[in-house]
Parts: sequence; C-alpha cells; structure tokens
Amino acid sequence: MLRDVLFTPFADMIAAPDFLLQVLWEGLVSGILYALIALGFVLIFRSSRIFNFAQGIMVVFAALTLVGFHAMGVPAWISVALTLAVMLALSVTIERVVLRPLVGQPDIILFMATIGITLFLIGFGEIIFGGENKVMITEQLGIPTGSFVLEPWGGLLILEQKDVTAVIVAALLVAALLAFLNYTRMGRAIRALGDDSQAALSVGISLQTIWVLVWFIAGIIALVTGIAWGARAGVSFALEVIAYKALPVLMLGGLESISGAIIGGLMIGMLEKLFEVYWGQPLMGGGTEAWFAFVLALVVLLFRPQGLFGEKIIERV
Amino acid sequence: MLDDPKARETLLEVNNIEVIYNHVILVLKGVSLNVPKGGITALLGGNGAGKTTTLKAISNLLHNERGEVTKGSVKYRGDAVQDLNPAALVKRGVVQVMEGRHCFGHLTVEENLLTGAYTRRDGSAAIARDLELVYEYFPRLRERRKSQAGYTSGGEQQMCAIGRALMSKPEMILLDEPSMGLAPQLVEEIFGIVKKLNEEEGVSFLLAEQNTNAALRFSHYGYILENGRVVMDGPADDLRENPDVKEFYLGVSEEGRKSFRDVRSYRRRKRWLS
Repeated sequence: MLRDVLFTPFADMIAAPDFLLQVLWEGLVSGILYALIALGFVLIFRSSRIFNFAQGIMVVFAALTLVGFHAMGVPAWISVALTLAVMLALSVTIERVVLRPLVGQPDIILFMATIGITLFLIGFGEIIFGGENKVMITEQLGIPTGSFVLEPWGGLLILEQKDVTAVIVAALLVAALLAFLNYTRMGRAIRALGDDSQAALSVGISLQTIWVLVWFIAGIIALVTGIAWGARAGVSFALEVIAYKALPVLMLGGLESISGAIIGGLMIGMLEKLFEVYWGQPLMGGGTEAWFAFVLALVVLLFRPQGLFGEKIIERV
Repeated sequence: MLDDPKARETLLEVNNIEVIYNHVILVLKGVSLNVPKGGITALLGGNGAGKTTTLKAISNLLHNERGEVTKGSVKYRGDAVQDLNPAALVKRGVVQVMEGRHCFGHLTVEENLLTGAYTRRDGSAAIARDLELVYEYFPRLRERRKSQAGYTSGGEQQMCAIGRALMSKPEMILLDEPSMGLAPQLVEEIFGIVKKLNEEEGVSFLLAEQNTNAALRFSHYGYILENGRVVMDGPADDLRENPDVKEFYLGVSEEGRKSFRDVRSYRRRKRWLS
C-alpha cells in the first residue's frame, strides 16, 4: 500500500515522461481557466471588498450570450462585441441596482447580494437561453481546432490547438491587465481604491465609475474564460462548477493577490490532474478532481491563513 | 488683513450645519464658519468636538459613513455644494487630507502622488510639473518615491497625504489633524511647509487641530468647537492671548501653569455658553 502511494506513481512518471508532460499540459490548461476566474474575483474583491460569488455564473452567462447572439444569425465577431456590450450593461445595472444602495453596509450583506445576483442570472439565463447544452462557436471565431503532435523522447504529446490558443490568449489578457493596473491612471485608481476607499474618495476617485469598470473587466475575463472552457466542454449551466474551483484557488493564492490567483490557479490545475492520474485512479478509482482542490486549499489554510500569496499586510510597529 | 475674515474674499461659507450619523447621533448642532481666500483658518477643539465631522461635511465624505447634513448650507464661492459628490468638489478645488494620513499603503509614494491628480484633465506634462513642485516642497518624498507608502514613516506619510492633495491643484485644502502621532519637531516641519504653501502657492487651508498651540501659531484665524458648536472665534493672535483659551487649551493661566486636573469643567461652560 505504502509502495503504491510513495513509490509507484513516481516510477510511472519517470518511466513515461511524455505521458507526464501530457498530464501536466492538461492541468495547465484547466489551471489557466481557474486562474482567470480567480482573477475576476480578486479584482472585484480588491476594489470593493466584495466577495463576488457571481463571478462563476458570469462566465456561463457571457458564454451563453455569445452563443445566443450567434444562433440569431449575428456574425461571430460582432457577437463578441455585442456580448461585451451586454457585460457592460450588466456591470452598470449591478452597480446601480445592487451596489450603490448598499454602500457602507457590512461586507456580509454585499456578499449575500452577489449570491442573489448569481441566482438571478441562473434563472434569467435559463428563461432566455434555455437549459440545454450548447456548442461554443469555436470555428466561427477562428480558433484552430487541430492539434500539434510532438514526440518528446520518442513518446507522444498531443497539444490541442484550441488549448494552445486559450493559453496564449489568457497570458496576453493577464499581461494587458497588469499593464493597465500598473501604468494607467484608471488602473492606479483601482489599486488605490483597494487600499483605502475613504482616501480614494477624498482625492476625487468616483467609486461608481471604478466599480462599473472593475465589474466590466471581470465581465471581459468571464467572456474569455467562457469561450475557452466552452470550446472544451460545451456551454451550459453545468459550467458553473468550474467557477467553484476558483474558491480553492483563492484560498491558495489569497483574495487580494493577482499573481497569487494566477499561480494558485496553475498549481491547482496541475496538481489535481497529477493526483487524479497517478494516485486517484489507481488507488481510489478516480473522481478525485471534484474534491482534491478543496482539500489542498484546506491544508494550506491550516498553515497560512492569508493564502500562499496573500497580499502582505503592511503594519507599522 | 488675513486675520479679519470679512476683509477678504470668502471662499467657503458654512452656515449653521447640523450633522446626524445613522439617523440618530447628533454630532454637529449648528456650526457656522467662514474661510477666507488665501488664509489658514484653524478649527480647534478637543476629542469629539466635531472638527473631523465638520471637515467631512464640507468635503461630502460623510455619506459613506452613514452621516448626513440635515440642516444648514455649505457654500463654496457662493455656490451651494452640499449635494455634490466628493469628486465634483475636488474638481472645484476643495480637497481633504484625512485624519490619520490614509496613504495607499501598497502603492509607491510616487503612485500615491499621481492618484492625487486623478481628476485633472490638463495633460501629463502639467502633472509632471506639479509632481516636481511637490518634491521641491517635500524633498523627503523624492528620496522615498519608489517605496511602498505603507513602509514609510508617519511623518513621510503625512507629507505624502498633503502632497497627494496638492497634486489635484487645489484652491483650498481641508487638513485634518496633521500633527497626529508625530514628534514635535516633525509637527513644526509640517506646519512650516503648510505655511509656505499658503504664502507661495496661495493655497487656503482649513486646519482641524488638537494641537492648539502649534495651530494658532501658524494660522490667521481660529474657531473653537465644543460639543458640536462653535463656542469662540477670533484672529489667531487674539485667541492665543485669551485667558480662557490659555487656560483650557494651552494649559497656562494667570496663576501660571496648571494641571488639567485642577480646571473645573463647569466653569468654562458657564463662561462660554451663557
């Protein structure tokens, strides 16, 4: 037994390094998507101290809207633009109807409000789009669907081109976001608001503008995630479960750290795949991916309550 | 002269305002004051007298703390401003430096200063010029410009907060308790810079302070608040010579220095509020 846990998996990894790479690649791809969702959470949390439970459902909603527009005969790229407009309208509405009236209320009330938004979006989405599974318009968006076949060490490694595209787009999105946050006036304002909302108000930063902006950015991220995940698994409200995967990512990475969200996402994606393939399937008959991330996050929380990369609490003594 | 508010153009006129927090807690019970253009006006008083609330009522930062101006008016250059949001007020040239500094801890000092220019639309060249100006007034900030503000000293944070306010090109700064928690030497340094900014850049200040002694030395006119009311006002020099102010706020009386314990509080109520 001990041998199966401590020795065999590693022997397998060394024996078939190409398969190990394949597993890691699969993990990386899902990890990137977890990271993107977590990034949406982090942005909203930093700028408004709201734990936005609705981030996951925004992914589904964005993907469904995109597919819905296309089904109405709108060309693919115009559908993307229209979906972005819908996400912007959604951000403005949420700010007006939910956030603005609740300014200054305890955090838990705002959290409950985001649960309300989640449930509303599920119900509203099902009325408009129906509950059945839909196919993401991968080809129409010009995303390549073939695959690269590599042969490292005489083995076999298959990289699906849409996954490669997802990884590249995600990386570009993150880079653009970081540049925006660090080098632009609006980006600085978002970070300032995260540090001290009263002071941000006092220098003339408008909470309302920033909130709409941040929710809209979260909406863009949601759309990208929705396209990438939808291309792998189809679009339906079942996508929501991947949104919950962002929770352990946040526990691991910390609620406030952008790099934490990215690294946490990648780690969880890869570790859960590795665990599933080398430990879960042989020892427990599989199905570990559903819970492994949460257990990992709990273990991390025991030792580092602020998460692995939680924003350093600056305290002067 | 500056110590006579009537002789100067009035920038800010606060008229009999009443502030209630959470719909029940009455904090200001009718405060009126005038701030002349180009002056430093001090707002003095002990803990809980209502200094901070007065400043926040002017800058409209009360709303997020569930406070509300229920009576009276605030006029800036003759226009009623109590319904504007803080951002609109900053654009008009009134900016508040809050008590306790409130720098953005994870932003660098320079980024902090740049956020101060958030409302400006006059281009990056003008902003860069003003950044340089702020560094000239606060050379220490230039040394620390790449440090995260959270890791700088209390004095540096206070300078950073004032510098940040300056970056909005204000006509008037509402400065709340700049001396809080600072060594006397630093307090002098900061007040000195405030005075210089006032004289050289023409920025008007409304200064809320507990440190009555320092505040009266650097300001032109003073208001004394107690329990949400203005109980006394006058030119700073007169206030410094006033026996009551001396006794209650400066700790000196005709019989010489006195322990605060010996001052019976009902006496001042009798004398001032009758």
